Order: sequence, then structure tokens, then C-alpha cells
Amino acid sequence: MDLLDKLAILSDAAKYDAACTSSGARRGFRAGMIGNTSSSIAGCCHSFSADGRCVTLLKVLMSNACIYDCKYCVNRRSNDTRRASFTPRELAELTIGFYRRNYIEGLFLSSGVLRDPDYTTEQMIRALRLLREEYRFNGYIHAKAIPGTSPELIYQLGLLADRLSVNVELPSEAGLRLLAPEKHRADIFRPMLQIRERHAESKAELVKYRHAPRFAPAGQSTQMIVGATGDSDRHILHLTESLYERYRLKRVFFSAYVPVTEHALLPSRDTKPPLLREHRLYQADWLLRFYGFRAEELLDEQQPDFDPLLDPKCNWALRHMEYFPVEVMTADYEMLLRVPGIGVTGARRIVSARRVSHLSFADLKKMGIVLKRAQFFILCCGKSRDGLRFSASTLLPQLVQIERGELPPEQAQQISLFDAG
Amino acid sequence: MAWEDTVYQYDGSYDGFLCCIYESYLNKEFPIAFYGDEECFSLYPVRSIITSPSHARRVRRSILRRSEAADRLLQRAFLTCMEDKELCLYRFIRKLYAEGAAFLKNQSDPVYYPLLKAVRHLNGELEKLRGFVRFSEYSGVLGGEIEPKNRVLPLLRSHFCNRYANETFFLYDRTHRELLLYDKGRSRIFPVDQLHLALPGEEEVQYRRLWKCFYEHIAIQSRFNPRCQNTHMPKRYRGTMTEFLPDEFERRATAPYTAADAVIPSAPSGRSALEIPPPPVPPAVGSNL
Repeated sequence: MDLLDKLAILSDAAKYDAACTSSGARRGFRAGMIGNTSSSIAGCCHSFSADGRCVTLLKVLMSNACIYDCKYCVNRRSNDTRRASFTPRELAELTIGFYRRNYIEGLFLSSGVLRDPDYTTEQMIRALRLLREEYRFNGYIHAKAIPGTSPELIYQLGLLADRLSVNVELPSEAGLRLLAPEKHRADIFRPMLQIRERHAESKAELVKYRHAPRFAPAGQSTQMIVGATGDSDRHILHLTESLYERYRLKRVFFSAYVPVTEHALLPSRDTKPPLLREHRLYQADWLLRFYGFRAEELLDEQQPDFDPLLDPKCNWALRHMEYFPVEVMTADYEMLLRVPGIGVTGARRIVSARRVSHLSFADLKKMGIVLKRAQFFILCCGKSRDGLRFSASTLLPQLVQIERGELPPEQAQQISLFDAG
Repeated sequence: MAWEDTVYQYDGSYDGFLCCIYESYLNKEFPIAFYGDEECFSLYPVRSIITSPSHARRVRRSILRRSEAADRLLQRAFLTCMEDKELCLYRFIRKLYAEGAAFLKNQSDPVYYPLLKAVRHLNGELEKLRGFVRFSEYSGVLGGEIEPKNRVLPLLRSHFCNRYANETFFLYDRTHRELLLYDKGRSRIFPVDQLHLALPGEEEVQYRRLWKCFYEHIAIQSRFNPRCQNTHMPKRYRGTMTEFLPDEFERRATAPYTAADAVIPSAPSGRSALEIPPPPVPPAVGSNL
């Protein structure tokens, strides 16, 4: 099998993993080594694939042979698919070749489980060590820690990689038992805890000794599949929040379940991936991380799932009209952040600008505030926007109308079907 | 006495522009248009500005004294493709001199906002191009081309010089006809009218194929979303990106190799299948610096 075939098979096998970031590690050029890591906060996207997702790392599996039989996975043991493995040298040369041509920011390495988790991780460590030490690669590396691997090996892996991730896979233990019987919840959270502790230790040591070994300097992330099991958005969001708090994750990724197999326990093969639901979860994830929202504010017992018609922030605002309208000249930063249409950048700009001048709606527009949403919730110098007409009963349809224009056509159709039903 | 309307002609450099500011205040003239090296015909009096480093430094110091942020903004804004760039910058500097730097806090200020908008456009393009630049290897030298709207090459310089510090590379800006050359810790930007690239070698073609293969396979068919793709990667960038180059290009270039079924050590520049002259730049890189 030539390299082209292998690459096709192993990138096909890896593409369902959502994590693709190159942020969090700042490492300048080092003499005798190749490359550096991105200096920008947000990492660097090198391309966008036909599905609109960013391509920043060479995302491949070391091998797609796997002893597990997780029902939702393309690489499960019982699936009749072509199998391939990279040799460490092939992988290193491919990474360097792509990196030098500015195709990628680094390597994302994961693997199917060969023999057992320890053996697999050893193979990955060998490949990464070759890449780092013989090929002198100084770019970004994201490595998957496989649940069930011994702590010593995870430590080794973390010294070679910039970011580690352990996949939660499914949001609930019941889902795991049903669809991935070989994986256990405890096995997933044990390495997560270890990575958090090692990362904190390494940071503390670096303060004292400049050359202390760096363990996963870009922290850890995880991903979970949405739509393969019956878990509610509320459950997923609460889990996400606790992951951020308890394990200090940098990111939680959601991956809309793409049916790859027909199975009695799974959605049927012709179901479309729940992209809109994934989108809403990401919007809520942002609200948790940057806007000071808590999971219980966004969803509760009465509303366990996000409204497909409205984004989570508008939804929250509609249910809390007692806070609105807010006066942009006097509202505090935290309150501005809660206005639909005002983001972190916009709120900062308002806070800075109102110290030197009175703000009008035209000024806000120039500052990048999305007025078509924000106009319902703000006042400028005590006045609402000229010609704006709405009442408590028309606000919801007006916002839904705005939101509909923002979504891709297929998803807007999903909504209109929903409407009719 | 009212300031006289005048047309300024300068050499197109940032220092030259700063000298225009100097002359404008010295002669009490209000520049109503700026011209570069091209011929200018105007009914207004024309003044040719001679770039003087000491005058430029003096103006720059005066800006710095009022605000460092304004200095940074002006330098970036000068690289943008904004219409009537010099006039906007001139208005900004006048306001800075007249009022001080307080108006910089208000991003909707009518004099500040046009600059800000242009610089945001430049920054966006810069951010994208850091990722979208594609290099090819020509016998050990990396080379690439870009077609940006703004003059981003001076700003891309530090990024790529850091990343490929132990390589030799060149990057050509087709729009502004400038070439960035880097070798052994030294980089230079200079105007080059045209650049003919050589045909890619066998290894290069192989990597391009691998990259295209990866790019095709990494997309999930059932999530197909061209609108999202176009938003993040506007089509104007794709002309210089490997994954969007037509396949025939490489097939033609490699046909002789596959027929011979052996590694031919000679450089691909000898083949004139595409009627592109052999590469003028890569071999000359070392001597140019």
C-alpha cells in the first residue's frame, strides 16, 4: 500500500474527531529545529474543507485497526473497512513535508486501539519522539490520550505533545454502556485528572526553573458525540460546565453524530447529523466561557433543550425581559455582555467610547454591534432606536425572523418544517 | 491666512508621506490629493516632496509624543488599500495634533473610523494569509505567491521569517509586485516586476498530491456546507492555494517521470512543457543577499 492510500484511509478514519485547534502554546523558533507554534491567540487556520471546518493540523490516525467495537465508530472491529497504519518515519516525513510548505500548523495524532491502550500509546510516543528528536520538529502537536493507558505513558506523551485530549465520547454513562461497552467512565476521567494535575505541576515548576520539562503546555480538551444517544442539551451543558471547572479543560468539542452504520441502538442511517443542535451547543459553550453565563441560567427543567428557532442568548433575554432595555451609556460591562448582539469586543468598545462621547445607534453600528438584534434590548442616551416598533408579543416572531436569515438554507428549512408541525 | 490647496507628489514610502506632513505645516498648504511616482496633471499647484529622513523622524516623534497607538495605527493604515489613503491619514494626523489622543477611545469617531475599518480589513487579510500561503520546494528553496488586496508582505515578514528561520524562502506579492527574500537570518523586500516559477520537481508533486488527497478526505460529506467554507475562505484566496490548483498541471509536469519509472536527478527546470522559463530566482537567492 502506498503512502497516498494510507493517508486517504487514515484521514478518513480521523475526520469525525472535531478538535482541530492550534492555540494555547507559544513557542518561538529554536536553533536547529523546524518551525514554531502560532503566535496568535486563536491559532492559525490553514484551509477550510468542503464542510466548512477549519483545517489546521494534519489530522490522522496512527492506525485504524481497533480491538474495540464501539457501535457509533467507523473504525470499530466489526466494520468491514480497509485498515492501514503509518510507520513512525512515514508520519514524521509527511508532517515535516506539509509543515514546510505551510499546509499545516502541526500534527494531530490519534489511533485505534491495537492490542491494548498501553501498546498503542507506546506506538504513538515512538512516532512523536522520532518527530521531535530526530526530525527536530518544533511545531504544534495534539495527541489523544487513550482511556486505560498507564499514567507513566500519559506523562511521556504529554512531554512530547502541546495539547492532550481524552474523549468523553458520549455524554452519559448509560450511553457508554450501551454503545461502547469496552469503555468505562472512570477510565476516561482518570487520565483527565492526571493531565490536569501534571499540567499544574509543570506550570508551577516552570516558574522556579526555566528549563523544567513542559507537560502539555496548551492544556487539554475533549469531545463528545451529540445525537447518538437520548441525552438532553441540559445534561450536556451541565457536563460541559463541570468539565471546565473540575478538569480545567481549554475546550469541549461537540460532534454531531454522523450515522456511519445501521444499528438497532442508533439513529437510522438516513438521519441527518443534528448540525443545528451542535451549533446551539457551541453558542452556549461560548456563553459559558466568555460571557459569564451559568448552565442553569440557559436551560432548566421546563426547557431541557435549546430552541432551534432562537440562539441561546436571545432565548435567555426573552425570558428575562425584566433586565431590559439597558442604557448603553451607564450599564456595566457584565450587563452589556448579556445583551443579544453585543459581544466581548463590542462591549469593550462601548465601555471605552462612552467615556469620551455620547453614543448613538449609528455609532454602535460602526463599533460592530449587531443592531438588528441589539436594538430591542438597548437605549442610547435614554432613547430607543428611531422607527423601532415591537411589543412583548411581537418580539419573539421578530427575533425568529432575524435568526432564520442567518442559518444555512437546509437548516432554515428544518425550522420551517418544525414550524408547520 | 487660509491654507492653500495643493497637490503633493511623493515617493510612495511611509517616510515620504511623513515628509508631506512636514511640508504641509511648513508651507501652510492643505494637500487635496497625493500622487506617487506617476505623472500628475492638476490645475492646483503641485509640490514635489523630497524624502528626508530627518524630517520624517521629526514628524514621527511628534506623533509618538501624542500616542504610541496612533503611531502603530498609522503605520498599518499606510499599508492598506483604502481609497484616498493619504488624505484619510492626513486628516487623522491633523486631528491628533489639534485635539490630542483622546478621540482614539471612540471607535466611531468620523476621522478615526475609516482608518480603523481599513486596518481591520488588513488585519483580517493578514490573519488569513498566514495560513493560506502555500510554499513549493524548488531544489531546496521554498517559494510561494500571494495576491492580497492590502500590502501585507511587510507584516507577513516576521511571521514567516520566524517560522522558517533555518530555511531559504521567497514570497511574491503579485498585486504589489514585491518579493520577500529570506536566507540565513536576513530578509529583504524589493520590487520585482514579474516572477516566473519553475515546474515543480517530483517530490514536490508528490507532496501536492498527498495534500490534495488529505484535503479531500478530511471533509465529511454529510456535513457539506459551501457557504460556511466561502465565508471563512473567500474564493479570491484560492488562486494560489495548492488544494485548488487543477490536477492537469501536475500530470503534465510529471508525465516524463512516470514513463521513465525512475528517479531522474536533473532539476525539472530543463523541461519546458509549460513554456515557463527556468526559474530566475531560486539559484540566485544566495547572491542577492
